[in-house]
Parts: sequence; C-alpha cells; structure tokens
Amino acid sequence: MFTSMLLTGPDRTRPDLPFKGLTDPGLSLNLLSKRTPDVTTKLPLQGQVDVLLKAVGDTPIMKTKKWAVDRSRTVQSLSQFISRFLKLDANEQLFIYVNQSFAPSPDQEVGVLFDCFGSDSKLVLHYCKSQAWG
Amino acid sequence: MADDKDVLRDVWFGRIPACFTLNQDEETEREAEPYYLLLPRVSYLTLVTDKVKKHFLRVMRAEDVGEMWFEYEGTPLKWHYPIGVLFDLHASNSILPWSITVHFKNFPGQDLLHCMSSSVVEAHFMSSIKEADALKHKSQVVNDMQKKDHKQLWMGLQNDKFEQFWAMNRKLMEYPTEEAGFRYIPFRIYQVNGTHTSTPLILESSQGTEKRYQVVIHGIEPLMETPLQWLSEHLSHPDNFLHICVVPAPSD
Repeated sequence: MFTSMLLTGPDRTRPDLPFKGLTDPGLSLNLLSKRTPDVTTKLPLQGQVDVLLKAVGDTPIMKTKKWAVDRSRTVQSLSQFISRFLKLDANEQLFIYVNQSFAPSPDQEVGVLFDCFGSDSKLVLHYCKSQAWG
Repeated sequence: MADDKDVLRDVWFGRIPACFTLNQDEETEREAEPYYLLLPRVSYLTLVTDKVKKHFLRVMRAEDVGEMWFEYEGTPLKWHYPIGVLFDLHASNSILPWSITVHFKNFPGQDLLHCMSSSVVEAHFMSSIKEADALKHKSQVVNDMQKKDHKQLWMGLQNDKFEQFWAMNRKLMEYPTEEAGFRYIPFRIYQVNGTHTSTPLILESSQGTEKRYQVVIHGIEPLMETPLQWLSEHLSHPDNFLHICVVPAPSD
C-alpha cells in the first residue's frame, strides 16, 4: 500500500479543465471546494422521478409504463416490484438496463440514475427475463 | 518529472496486507489457521480469495459450507466495491495486516449481493465500464470495441496484467482533441454511514476550524486543486469510476 504518492505539485498541475458535473457544474464543484450553505436547498434529493419501463424480447409488458418512483428506491427494489407486478416465478430472474447498454448495480438509487441518464424529464429503463445486453 | 504512467502503475499495483480468520462460530473438524494475503486494491474480494476458501474448506465438512462472505469488525464487506474502497472506508485507521473475518453461513442477503462465481464479478465489472463510458463518451468507445476487447479488459483485471488491461483501457481514457476532457466524469462517493452516492455533498472548509473529514482516493488525499479530468484519467479504478471515500479525519 502506498500512502504518500505526490499527486500534484507545481510541476504537475494542468490548466484547469472545466468540470462537467453530473447534474450542475456549480453544485458538483462544491464537493471539493469551499462551503456554500445554500446549495443543499437546491438539490432535488427528496421526492420522486418519472421512470418509463419497457419490456425487451418475450418479457411481458406492463400496461402502465410510466411510474413515479422514489429517488431513494434502489434498482433491486424496483426489480422486485416489477417481478411482483408481472407475477414472475420466484426463481425467474429479471435484468434491468439503462440506455439499452448496461445493468446498473442493484444497490444504485433510481434518483442518481435519473440525474445521470434521464432525458426529457424521465428515466427509461428496459427490463428483461434474460440477459439482453452485455 | 515522473511520467504519469508511473501513477497508473502505482495505482494498479497498490496492495493491502490482510489476515483472514475463520469466524469462530463455524463448525470445523480441527483448528483453522489464519491465512495471509496481499490484496490488490483495484480488484474485488470474491475475485482474489479462491485460496482463502480452499484453505478453510480443508478443516470444514462440505455440509457446513454455504456461500463465503467477509466481515470487518461487524460490517459485512460488499464484494462489489473495489477492495481499496472497502479498506479506506472501513479500516483506514486499523493496524496492518487488515483483519478480515471469513464466514460460510448466515449470508447477510440484506447487505451483500450474492456472488457464486467469477462470472458475476465480470458482469458487474463490465456493466460499470459501460456505465462509465456512457458518461464519458456517450458509450461510443465501449460500443466500438469488439467482444474480445471487452474480454481483454476483464482478463487483464482477473489475471492482474497491467499491460494487457491498459493496452485496451487507454482507449476509454481518450477524448477528442477539440474537447477539454470527458463529457462527464464518472465518480462514486462513499461515506461510512451510508451507501455510495453520486450526488454532491458539502465538506466544511478546513480553514479556521478543525478538519473533520478526509477525502481519500486509493489511500491518499489528493490535493483539492487537482484537476478532476486528471484524477479521472489516472486515479480511476479499472471500472473507470473514480471511487472517492469521505471518512472522518483521524483525531490525533
């Protein structure tokens, strides 16, 4: 384990690059900079986001496609909800995909996925009984 | 000035000495000796502990062996976090070797994801890379790769082959010359009392007051003025995310 690697110094600094935050550049920068007390009030950490659920392949569709989901809800809990809604057998797996490309980790929160990958004020998730992508 | 590639190498070969001890409630036929291992910071517990499992199975009966899981001072260790993150988050103030308890029963399904084979780790790892590239390049780089290229990334990590991994990973670290960097920087922030998050939090300024938190990446505190693009290119884990731990500052 190394504990003292020099990361930056006068000879190692780069011209400052504009940081593109996941939500708002100003907000994200506060992670590493000075305290700005009013920032917390602007963060939409509470509440719900709109999620559009789309079936892939021969996985049954849901009549209601658009759902308001708590931001703090995890992918795992959303997946369990879909499984119950579709009355899947307990031994049937359900895969959830973002951008039709990757399966988010089960402990990721829907609100964070919405911030990173949502568009037109909604997050589109695909679900499938078998592995569809990757 | 040292080459930046040295940083990649130092990050890749970061190791944590660990001592694995069998949970004392496990049924054994004779006493289980502890097992010592140098753990790669950038790998995953379930990927590098085959030998630990074999070691303890020798003193156990097959019917007493359930899915193996790890715990440190009462906290189940999430295998899907990189090993270095687990250490920085839970054990950075502990003496070395890091003392990890091994369990073969009472799997805490509420806290841990199941991992019955290395293919589960592979799926998690590749998904993280794709998620990161969605943020960095709208998935263009990872989608342009072939199946064998994805395999090369995974095999590089699995077999601890720095050159093999980076020969492919450097493509994921490129960006158009007309741009100043990636579209977005993939990062995850961890705090001891919660799960990971990608939302900002506010650190109290250290000026004038006692420093209460440390921001730690790979066991070190990067200077606050380090450009994030540089951090992302050099201090990201193999899954292409910056894993940032916010831990209480040592009180001494």
